[in-house]
Amino acid sequence: MLLIPCPWCGLRDEVEFKYGGEAHNNRPLVPDVHDDTAWAAYLFMKKNPKGLHLERWVHAAGCRRWFNVARDTVSNRIDGSYKIGEKPPAIAAETEESA
Amino acid sequence: MPDRYRRQSPLAHLGLVARASEDQSAEAGVVMAECPFCAQTGLRGDGSLARFGNAVKTVLGIAPPTEPNTVTGPEDFADGARILWLGPDEWLIVGGDVDAEPSGALRLALSDRHAAVVDVSDGRAVIALSGPNARDVLAKGCPLDLHPRAFGPGRCAQTVLAKAHVILHQIDASPSYEIYVHRSFADYLWSWLEDAAGEFGVRISNSRSDRNGLLGGRVTP
Ligand SMILES: [Zn+2]
Repeated sequence: MLLIPCPWCGLRDEVEFKYGGEAHNNRPLVPDVHDDTAWAAYLFMKKNPKGLHLERWVHAAGCRRWFNVARDTVSNRIDGSYKIGEKPPAIAAETEESA
Repeated sequence: MPDRYRRQSPLAHLGLVARASEDQSAEAGVVMAECPFCAQTGLRGDGSLARFGNAVKTVLGIAPPTEPNTVTGPEDFADGARILWLGPDEWLIVGGDVDAEPSGALRLALSDRHAAVVDVSDGRAVIALSGPNARDVLAKGCPLDLHPRAFGPGRCAQTVLAKAHVILHQIDASPSYEIYVHRSFADYLWSWLEDAAGEFGVRISNSRSDRNGLLGGRVTP
């Protein structure tokens, strides 16, 4: 069972959360100019890394806010969380670039 | 709002008033009570704006808490309204007379702000749980860290209890808690709590704190 750090509520049990997929994968702001390839890239082409993953979670049974988590998909180690609209923590950004 | 004489609290059918008046063990480790008909008002707005907090404070005498999972206001909502933090832009106001339309004055004060005030009084049941073993009962079905260093008096949290979504508020260190649960889960959660508390001995009370005389069950006109 994971302990997930909600940016507002602190460490809470995994059962209070729902997973929301890869973070920083934003819906196109002007959908009309997107062709099928670009839509496919947005909808289906996920990074699916072995290792550090930036992903969305929602504190569904708590404060009900969406936020981002930096989690290692192999060890389940969580390096931190940050609010929607914020940049990932420095440690996560560095690891991702070198990966 | 229903006719007053028709109104029933979510747990009225359990006959808690009658059960409370029966002879019960004085040695109970857990005391349970329903807190019927307490006014509840949902509040949304930008808590980072001073003028939002000030407008609320003007009406209620207390400002919405900005620290997550905390409560402002008196221990006993009979002594006035208190405000529970539910999210960075969301609060629950508890207290006041349910018939006095407590949200009216607040709605007026916030009418020129980007805010929402909604009366949700009948949406949730409120269960008071106290006694030396109250924390042990909650720990059976709640993933929250309930140790006093992590969750003490004046703290609240939205979490799950026996898989039901609840708002948990610790009132004092005795410890005593108040549990807000959606009305349709009230019967289930009360039964679960009473079963979980069975090993410690349960006493049903008429009042949420055994201090004041709030009656459970049906309101007489
Ligand atoms: Zn939260």
